Amino acid sequence: MSDEQEERAAPRVRSAELVVAGLFIFLGAVVIYDSLRLGVQWGDDGPQSGYFPFYLGVLVCASSAVNFFRGIRLRGPYNPVFVETAQLRMVLAVLVPSAIYVALIEWLGIYLSSALFIAFFMRWLGKYAWWKLGLVAVGVAVAFFVIFEMWFKVPLPKGPLEILLGLD
Amino acid sequence: MDEIQSLMHGFAIALSLKNLGLMFVGVVLGVIIGVLPGLGGANGVAILLPLTFSMAQSPGGTTSAIILLSCIYWGALFGGAITSILFNIPGEPWSVATTFDGYPLAQQGRAGTALTAAFTSSFVGALVAVIVITFLAPVVANFALAFGPPEFFSVYLLTFCAFVGMSKEPVFKTLASMMMGFALAAVGTDPVTGTLRMTFGFTDMLNGFDFLIAVIGLFGIGEILLTLEEGLAFKGASAKIELSVVIQTWKELPRYWLTSLRSSAVGCFMGIVPGGATPASFMSYGVARRFSSDGEKFGKGMVEGVVAPETAAHAAGTSALLPMLTLGVPGSPTAAVLLGGLLIWGLQPGPLLFVEQKDFVWGLIASMYLGNIAGLIVVLTCVPLFAAILRIPFSVIAPVIIVVCAIGAYTVHNSMFDVWMMVTFGVAGYMFKKLSYPLAPMVLAIVLGDRAESSFRQATLMSQGDMGVFFSNGLVGSITGLALLMLLWPLLSWSWRSLRRR
Repeated sequence: MSDEQEERAAPRVRSAELVVAGLFIFLGAVVIYDSLRLGVQWGDDGPQSGYFPFYLGVLVCASSAVNFFRGIRLRGPYNPVFVETAQLRMVLAVLVPSAIYVALIEWLGIYLSSALFIAFFMRWLGKYAWWKLGLVAVGVAVAFFVIFEMWFKVPLPKGPLEILLGLD
Repeated sequence: MDEIQSLMHGFAIALSLKNLGLMFVGVVLGVIIGVLPGLGGANGVAILLPLTFSMAQSPGGTTSAIILLSCIYWGALFGGAITSILFNIPGEPWSVATTFDGYPLAQQGRAGTALTAAFTSSFVGALVAVIVITFLAPVVANFALAFGPPEFFSVYLLTFCAFVGMSKEPVFKTLASMMMGFALAAVGTDPVTGTLRMTFGFTDMLNGFDFLIAVIGLFGIGEILLTLEEGLAFKGASAKIELSVVIQTWKELPRYWLTSLRSSAVGCFMGIVPGGATPASFMSYGVARRFSSDGEKFGKGMVEGVVAPETAAHAAGTSALLPMLTLGVPGSPTAAVLLGGLLIWGLQPGPLLFVEQKDFVWGLIASMYLGNIAGLIVVLTCVPLFAAILRIPFSVIAPVIIVVCAIGAYTVHNSMFDVWMMVTFGVAGYMFKKLSYPLAPMVLAIVLGDRAESSFRQATLMSQGDMGVFFSNGLVGSITGLALLMLLWPLLSWSWRSLRRR
């Protein structure tokens, strides 16, 4: 019973189509707005800066409008579930930690946050023993440090840990 | 035979110890990238591109850098077949057709045969495409030397109209995603006047949206999110190729010479016009089934059903570099990333490349021959190793791939804003894929946007704003005409169908 209710709550293709097409129309409108500010006429030096983007914006809006109205007309069998609730939960289970991970990079540097991120995943989704996830997480972080900082000399964001270890 | 002489010169460059080493490194990395879910040719090359910035600054470095990156591409093309056959998971979109007969073969315990057939026919397809490039590219480049801005714009127009005309996805979604790509490319500094466009005062947006970030997000993160829906475990056939099986299969393969030839032709054609490897593989599978004497057995484990799509996919993937080198118009997303690499290294893709950067061009073409041989050797000998990668549980490999994507996105401009953009593009890629908005035209538009706009503005400046400039002579007129035909193709075929139905 509760399963069925969850099915019903799952987003359908129609809403997804409308959201994406609506977003496209919005972005297209932003492009048109700024192009109008820049000038869409012909100047002394050929087309003005806004000329080319203006028509891009118009085309984005026009084609998305078609997609939008096609989306509205989706019914019945043409409007299946966009993503199952269980699937959506899985996707969010990766997406949300990933966003937190990216936010952490700015505080902790990329190496420490990567290690934490990998460890979190292995513990949460894989239920690994602590020593295993510690080994993999630290190993991957150290390997990346060697590859990027030492071999390719590409500096990546570092945090308090690297300063503490005297590596930054 | 000028080409042969140039090619020999190219071999002399490509055969240096350093370049040979890079070739093997590239191929191995490429296969790994091709096998891993969420990493593919396009974003694999995009992630590793920033690492070549310093490499490309040494003399002859650009050649080494392109050899490394193009070999990653060949490796990824090979790698896609492994997952398709053993796990029934196409690692790359162009290996979807390989699963039709490859996976049944593996289930019958003939994985070795299927893999050998796939790798060998990949090699054959690539070889045919490289030969085509060797002899056709100089001719096209020579021809294109006379191109001015109107001609170049018409070629860009043709490229993008071909996407509309030939794509499987809904026309208006293709159009929307393509135009959105162009709009993203227009953000930042106006290439002609230097005016700031659509930045709305955000300093992070001054440089616009880098196509590398878009590729890593759309193809990398988006792909991971899609894979997650399928669940976490991969179940696959065991992989081992014995020498006797290889020889047995090689004895069998010459029987399919006609299929190979047809598939190579389909592949080369689809690669040069920007159709891409994926439709080429499907088309060639369909053609092979129709012409085969036992076509009804297709889908139940026919070696021929592996040969056809693999040959075509590799031929298309390889020949996609021809328009990239000669006209500066990439035929596939990965070719687009390579083109972006050329621009970053300070090379101008296009006909002049064949005049001014002979070492680079011919070194690259020679490396295509060698890289594919290297690829064949690597995949035939190391299949069990690569298959083992897929047995690493997803809860371990997924975070590592996301970390790699984040590092790749950061290194493009050393900016955290890019990493956030990557996540945004990832969500977009997931939605687009599910709603069948095509990603390839969007990526190509982001890469080519500035160049297309510049050539349009130069052309219309020449003609004082008269659009007739795009029909002003036979050459530009016919390219533009062909482009418009492509653009209207869906409409034409729709009206033809509805007429017939009456």
